[in-house]
Amino acid sequence: MRTSFWLAGATVLALASPAVAGDTIKIGFVSTFSGPTAAIGNDMRNSFELALDHLGRKMGGKPVEVIYEDDGQKPDVGKQKTEKLIQSDKVDFIAGYIWSNVLLASLKTVVDSKTMMVIANAGPSQVAGELCSPYVFSTSWQNDQTPQAMGEYMNQKGVKSVFLIGPNYAAGKDMLAGVKSTFKGEIKGEEYTVWPSQLDFSAELSKARASGAASIFVFYPGAAGVQFLNQYAQAGLKAQMPLYTAFTIDELSLPLQKENALGVPGAQQWVNDLPNEQNKKFVADYRQKYPGLRPTFYGAQSYDAAQLIASAVEAVKGDTSKKDEMKAAMEKANFKSVRGDFKFGKNHMPIQNFYLQDVVKDADGSLALKTVATIIKDSQDKYHDKCPMK
Amino acid sequence: MLLVIEQFLNGLQFGLLLFLLAAGLTLVFGIMDFVNLAHGSLYMMGAYFAATFVAWTGNFILGALLALGATLLLGIVLEFVALRHLYNRDHLDHVLATFGLILFFNDAVRLIWGPAGLALPLPPWLTVPFQIMPGVYYPAYRLAIIGVALVVALLLYFVVMRTRIGMLIRAGASNREMIGALGINIKLLYTLVFGLGAALAGLAGLMQAPILTVQIGMGENILILAFVIIVIGGIGSIRGAFLAAIFVGMIDTLGRAFLPDLLRQVLSSTAASTAAPALSSMLIYLLMAIVLVVRPEGLFPAGRR
Repeated sequence: MRTSFWLAGATVLALASPAVAGDTIKIGFVSTFSGPTAAIGNDMRNSFELALDHLGRKMGGKPVEVIYEDDGQKPDVGKQKTEKLIQSDKVDFIAGYIWSNVLLASLKTVVDSKTMMVIANAGPSQVAGELCSPYVFSTSWQNDQTPQAMGEYMNQKGVKSVFLIGPNYAAGKDMLAGVKSTFKGEIKGEEYTVWPSQLDFSAELSKARASGAASIFVFYPGAAGVQFLNQYAQAGLKAQMPLYTAFTIDELSLPLQKENALGVPGAQQWVNDLPNEQNKKFVADYRQKYPGLRPTFYGAQSYDAAQLIASAVEAVKGDTSKKDEMKAAMEKANFKSVRGDFKFGKNHMPIQNFYLQDVVKDADGSLALKTVATIIKDSQDKYHDKCPMK
Repeated sequence: MLLVIEQFLNGLQFGLLLFLLAAGLTLVFGIMDFVNLAHGSLYMMGAYFAATFVAWTGNFILGALLALGATLLLGIVLEFVALRHLYNRDHLDHVLATFGLILFFNDAVRLIWGPAGLALPLPPWLTVPFQIMPGVYYPAYRLAIIGVALVVALLLYFVVMRTRIGMLIRAGASNREMIGALGINIKLLYTLVFGLGAALAGLAGLMQAPILTVQIGMGENILILAFVIIVIGGIGSIRGAFLAAIFVGMIDTLGRAFLPDLLRQVLSSTAASTAAPALSSMLIYLLMAIVLVVRPEGLFPAGRR
């Protein structure tokens, strides 16, 4: 009885001990490590770890500790994990976030606690606009930007009309809005599917065919992209209605999509063959460290997130209590990004190029993604005017 | 009009696939009074076996048959090793144990096949769209699913209603002590029923695999629908499961297909396209709620205990 009393007392003391600006840089990383999209989280973790290797696992002279948390692709779980990282682990930075709905659920906790945040994928319009925040940065894009680039490309190709299909959640709505804002042809129809549970798109494909549109645009990240392409090919639409995509074909889904993905274009701010030195090193070292795997754009953004954090910590020589100095340092985007140089808008979203990627057969017969052209130079998201920050 | 026919086929195909899953579940639940949450794991295992065997043999049909046998065997082993010790416990214990099995299977698959999932490519003769009427094309593979599922449904009906073993199964469902007292090996019978249920789940999984992907946890979402179906159809009733599955498949597909257009008549276009998917996924559960209020025992209840 007495022992347990002392034990309890000791535990309370241990928990209550104040967080000192410690000897380590603590980073919390929220992503999806279980379920059908675990492969994405895995790639982000691999790339983040590789970036730390390249940094000598130190930032500003202090060792780095990363705590990875699994959101299970669920907004409520993501929010809990974010709270845990901020309130009990007291991390200096929080990074990651694949899904826009998970990010939106977690954002308030981050902003209220004034934790420095680097978003490595999700780009909901709200974060670029009215919910922008001084300590929140993104190394990815705002959701609308990539499909906007695709819409531009479709204009260049002279596509007359399109049928839009996407998942019914924050990112899906942004993506379809993005294409609609730049595509000059006729929108013959748009369909939203239940996310993430709906995996059968037969009803939507039938409607697309019946609409008489000249083409289809889809946004289906992760495994859903494989399923969509399977069903699109099986329905015999490949010859009738060419497909245009955003975030549907990447190095993780391609080995499962196989021939179905051949010749299906996508827009992207990073492709594995971008010719800058940092990118060559990233791709080569990734493939060496993780044999059999290839980095994706999710990974590239996570790699950049680690580099951006490092640039901030270096600027304050490891004293992470100087948040405003770190913010000022991060706004300069003063690091070698694997996508090439870019600038931050005043809403802390990247202003960057978007490229056209295509699926081609490699010399050894395996399928690979390749940059074909630059669609837009220095694209800035269309929500930055709504951001009150200066 | 052509669109209606196409959507009708989509609904039928989805419904029949759900039937295969629900049939196994209703057999095990209705006859053995055993709640098997791991039914979805057997569906997943069927798909993984098929992807493996098809890659190994290079022949889709042969690989699928091998996978079917493997799932049957897996079901029998599972029943023999783990589940038969639970029959005398109450339902909460069933749920706990079979939930544990879901976790077990998910991690076993992760260990054996890795986290990334597999692809099950179709042979070329199944990938071409088939012309069912002038101007109406339908994926040949989806037609094949409709055909196979209908044949299996007929076979199942014949076995349960017209053969001696089917008679024993039905008798076991009505009164398991009595059939045991009459000298029938009820344990063996249960093992067979469970194996049959597993094979049906495996068949559903392997047929769905080329349309979707073979991945960890693929059986969990669809299992919920299977439970809804056996509740609507009446627990233990194959006929009920069949009709309820077709019903649910139709409501789901036609709801997704036509609800957005209906809503656009009254709402703005964006509001309608956002609300429609949410609403159409609720329809099935609304139906279940109505059935539970009007006929709590289901639409086509099996014989009374």
